[in-house]
Amino acid sequence: MTTTVKEPATRQAAALPRLLPAAPEDLRHHLARYGPAPYRGQAGLLIGDIETSGLTGRGGAAFPVYRKLAIVAQARGRKVVVANGAESEPASRKDELLLRAAPNLVLDGLQLAAEATGATEAHLYTHHGATPEILRALAERAAAGLDPVSVTITQAPPRFLAGQESALVNHLGGGPARPTFGPPRVTERGLHGAPTLVQNVETLAHIALIARYGPRWFRAVGTTAEPGSMLATVYSPDGKCRVVEAEIGAPLNTLLSSGPDTRAWLVGGYHGTWLPVPQAAALTLENATLKKYGAAAGAGVLAALPSDRCGLTEAARVVGYLAAESAGQCGPCLNGLPRIAAGLAELAGPGHRRQVRADLERWSGPQNLVEGRGACNHPDGTVRFVRSALLVFAPEISLHARGQCSATNRRPFLPLPDGIPTSEEDWT
Amino acid sequence: MPLTPETLKVNPIDCTGHGVCAELLPELVSLDEWGYPIVDPRPVPPQLDREARRAVAACPALALKLMRK
Repeated sequence: MTTTVKEPATRQAAALPRLLPAAPEDLRHHLARYGPAPYRGQAGLLIGDIETSGLTGRGGAAFPVYRKLAIVAQARGRKVVVANGAESEPASRKDELLLRAAPNLVLDGLQLAAEATGATEAHLYTHHGATPEILRALAERAAAGLDPVSVTITQAPPRFLAGQESALVNHLGGGPARPTFGPPRVTERGLHGAPTLVQNVETLAHIALIARYGPRWFRAVGTTAEPGSMLATVYSPDGKCRVVEAEIGAPLNTLLSSGPDTRAWLVGGYHGTWLPVPQAAALTLENATLKKYGAAAGAGVLAALPSDRCGLTEAARVVGYLAAESAGQCGPCLNGLPRIAAGLAELAGPGHRRQVRADLERWSGPQNLVEGRGACNHPDGTVRFVRSALLVFAPEISLHARGQCSATNRRPFLPLPDGIPTSEEDWT
Repeated sequence: MPLTPETLKVNPIDCTGHGVCAELLPELVSLDEWGYPIVDPRPVPPQLDREARRAVAACPALALKLMRK
């Protein structure tokens, strides 16, 4: 007689996708596939597994998850956990899809994070608020008595910075969704003063799986330094967008077209970096290699700009949006971003004043007046995007200076929100 | 245990660009083209300690601080 040993951990370790089911799963399907969330019975116990797993935040900053967990776990008194699904990047779709397809995985992760930190208050914060999928999942879980901590849903205002950690905490506290200047960080003093753990919804879904299958399972894909998989929103040159779960370290050219239909890649979204193709075609999706090119994976937005579009025009559109999305609190961002946007718009037009290039160099070059001088990383990310655009689209700048443009298609490629809100009440 | 030296820090949200800091402490603070301070990230040298404290106290927005790492 043979005994079958249950080995879910090793058996499906390398199989992707891990997070996204083929079709949205309700609680019954979720439980059939994963079983109930494996609570540890005590605060702190899960954190060691998260540390060993090497999981980093999937909201864009790639900060080690265990460190935030540990800071909040060590604090005393009332504590708060927040699932951050405010995917403010206009080109990103992965969090929205994850919340629709696998809401129970995210909610498992939120409850496990609450247990690990000893939090007694949980929030879900998204641009779409209480969607039918989320309401259904919460109702089914309540009926089954699954969730130790009740979850409050809050809708994020339609601003780029609404998902920034301190802006999120301000908004949940009833104020405008604008960043504050730390220290203290929200892990030390967050919502109404309570130590607050804010994790991206994809990060929480990974936590839910690591809690079940362990850190070794998690590390079976990815690189040693950057283990696991990540969701990516990928734009192909035909304008189609898809969300994929990619192994960290995957060759970028397996995700993005590098053929003659592609002019350049945008890696890491609107706080990301333009890369020339085919020079960048051998790069991999991991911060260790992207860093050498001044790039980072960010929240996983990858775009292949088609060769019939003008990269300079695309960059100028995006930077106009980013400048309008400054919270207007810090002088260098408030003053620098609109000027950078105007300068880039001038370069993207026919002909430009000689002075514009010197201005852009001063505002966004290596020794610029903007980077590192704001309360949040909005000026830094914007400057990174601009600097790489000026570099990659230098030939286009020369063309425009002579009143020409290489584009044969004038339709905008990169997505931006329809109306850019600019009034005071849009922040609340 | 010796204390780590202090450095000047600006809270960029509170700062409204009065420029008093650059006037009182030109050795460590310059202004950008919009009037906002660019502070020397290095520790405040002992001989400028008094001036640095004066600049911190004089900031109308209370945005300039002396901080230990």
